[in-house]
This record gives sequence, C-alpha cells and structure tokens, in this order.
Amino acid sequence: MGGSSLSDYRNVIEVACPGAVIDEFEGPGDELTIEIHRDHIRAVCRFLKSEPGAFRQLSDVTCVDYLEGNGNGDRFRLAYQLFSMETGDRLRLRVWADAEHPEVDSVTSVWATANWHEREVYDMFGVRFAGHPDLSRILMPFDWEGHPLRRDYPLGGENVKFSDAV
Amino acid sequence: MALIPPPGSPVERAPRTDASIDRDLRDLVETAEEEAFVQRLLTTTVDRALSWARSSSIWPATFGLACCAIEMMHTATPRYDIARFGAEVFRASPRQADLLIVSGRVSQKMAPVLRRIYDQMMEPKWVISMGACASSGGVFNNYAIVQGVDKIVPVDVYVPGCPPRPESLIEGILILQRLIGANGMPSSFDLMHEQGLAVPEDVARIASERRAWAAAR
Repeated sequence: MGGSSLSDYRNVIEVACPGAVIDEFEGPGDELTIEIHRDHIRAVCRFLKSEPGAFRQLSDVTCVDYLEGNGNGDRFRLAYQLFSMETGDRLRLRVWADAEHPEVDSVTSVWATANWHEREVYDMFGVRFAGHPDLSRILMPFDWEGHPLRRDYPLGGENVKFSDAV
Repeated sequence: MALIPPPGSPVERAPRTDASIDRDLRDLVETAEEEAFVQRLLTTTVDRALSWARSSSIWPATFGLACCAIEMMHTATPRYDIARFGAEVFRASPRQADLLIVSGRVSQKMAPVLRRIYDQMMEPKWVISMGACASSGGVFNNYAIVQGVDKIVPVDVYVPGCPPRPESLIEGILILQRLIGANGMPSSFDLMHEQGLAVPEDVARIASERRAWAAAR
C-alpha cells in the first residue's frame, strides 16, 4: 500500500474484516486512530500485521479508565500502537471494554510482545485478555488486591497533614 | 663562616636555651595520646572499647534504591571521600555489612527484600534512612510506596533532603559514629584535655566542639 494515504487503512480493514470498524479519528500530522469492535480486534491485528501495511511491530498496548463510561456500558478504552517498518506508518487501534466484566481478545498470538503489555493492562486496570497464555500480575505483588490505576481505586498512602490549608 | 657550608662539613647550630622548644609538638601529642589511651584502656570495659573501634569502621551494604543512591555513590568519590571516616567499604554481601543506607523510595514490592537484607546483616547493625522518601514516603503518598522505611526496619539516623547532598550523608554517618561511640571510649583528645595536656590549637578547638556537642545531648 506504499504511496497511498494513511486514511485508506479504514477502507482496507472494512473490506478484509466486515463490521470491524466503528469509527476513525484523524489527529494532527499523520496520526490516525481507528476504533475497532472488540470482537474483531484479533482478526484485524492479524490482518494488519500481514497485509497490506505490514505492521510488524506492536509498540504499545495501553488503557484508559473512563469512569463515567461511553454510554454503551463500556468503561475501559484500550489503545494498540502499531508501527510499520516498511512504510513508516503509525496506526492506533482503539477498543472499548465492558465496565462490569472487561474482557478483550488477546493479541499475543499475533505479536509476542503483547504478552507483557497485556499483563500490565490486566495488572493496572483489571482488563482480562481471552486467550492470553499467562495472564498474571507483572508489576504489583502477586497477592495484591485490586487494580491500582482504576479511577475508583483509593490512592492509599497516608493522610497528609495540613492538606486542608492548600 | 660561609653562607653555604661545603658538603660534608659539620653544621653549626645555635645553642639550645629552652628545652620546651626543642620538643617536637607531634611527639608530645603522640606520647600524651598513647599514655592517656593506655591508662583508660586498662580501666574500661570490652564493650566500650569495641564500640569505640566499631564507630570508625562502619561498612555499609551496597543497596541503592533511587536517586539518593546517586548521591550515596558520590559520597564515596574522591571529592567527598567517605573513606576519611572509615565507611568506604561498601559490601556486596549483607553478611559483611554493618550499616544499611536506605537510599531512596521503598516500594511495597521491595519492602520484603529490604527487610530480608536487614535480617541477613550481622549484629551489631545500624540503619540510616537517607532522604525524604525513605524517611516519610516523600512526595510519593500513594499505594505503591512504603510511607517511611521505619515501618519495616529500625532506623538510627534520618538524613533529610531530596536528595541529600553528600555532605548531608556524611553528617549522618558522623552522627551515627557518635551514637555508636557514645557508650564507648571518649576520644584520645578528650582524654588529653581531661588530664590538662597541651594539645595543638586546632585539635583543641575540635575537641571543645565535640564536648559541647556531647554536653548538649
């Protein structure tokens, strides 16, 4: 797909995986974000790694906790940062996860590096990844309770004296 | 008489009129120090003698945690030279270390590791809490950081700062030395003062400062 514009990826994905694309957002510069339905995330990733852009590198998997949700019962928004070494394109996939039982298909079978990234998202946000080979905590102690980066997780520590005077 | 005598010729000296001038001040100090040391050593206890010896040979454990560890490493460099106080031998094994310098923030996950290192150290052992994070959690008042390392291990000296400069850490080690030596023998200069022996001026000043410090405690 060399030479064509970044925004063509939406059409390519829609042809390859019908019903996968929900929306797309163009950011400043060459940023393109495509929102994917979570049932199709693994198929879209497998497709993007092979054809036509050859996104062979998964740079990052992160998550944001929107406590108020998106109106559809979803709360956690995952972001997959993709990079193509052949074209130099960067693409961001966006997936919403459920509020009560957040679970998304794992893409470890597509990119091996997703293993630890998804473990970190699970550790910090409690989003589960179906099909992950070893979904365990990676940062916090194994017996830790809760997921610290959730918005409703107490900050902990100790009460700060004189904080009312700030 | 030639200004410069030829080689091999005897050197003429002025006649000695004052015997006290002839005595080297260094000899005086060393002799008095030695006498005072021997006199006091015979009447002290093994415990006090050991404390006195230990205070000048504190071996810290090699245990750097955060940015404070950079300053701790700096303390060992020639510019600050912690070797002047006998504390330069950072041991990689806690079994050979006397002092644990908690140099930085301690995360909840690191806390059991830190406690295990402390437990592995041989008695007698001391702990310096270096910096705001180790002493109180610092700016990291959250779920991940232990809010003060004294919840895990007993702390002898707290060194404030964020991070403390090497001078501050050295001051902490000096305070620890005084704490260790407090039950031990007074310094030889203190003994010389007790016995009214003449000491050089700068030595007397240092000794008077030390006595003032001890009296204030």
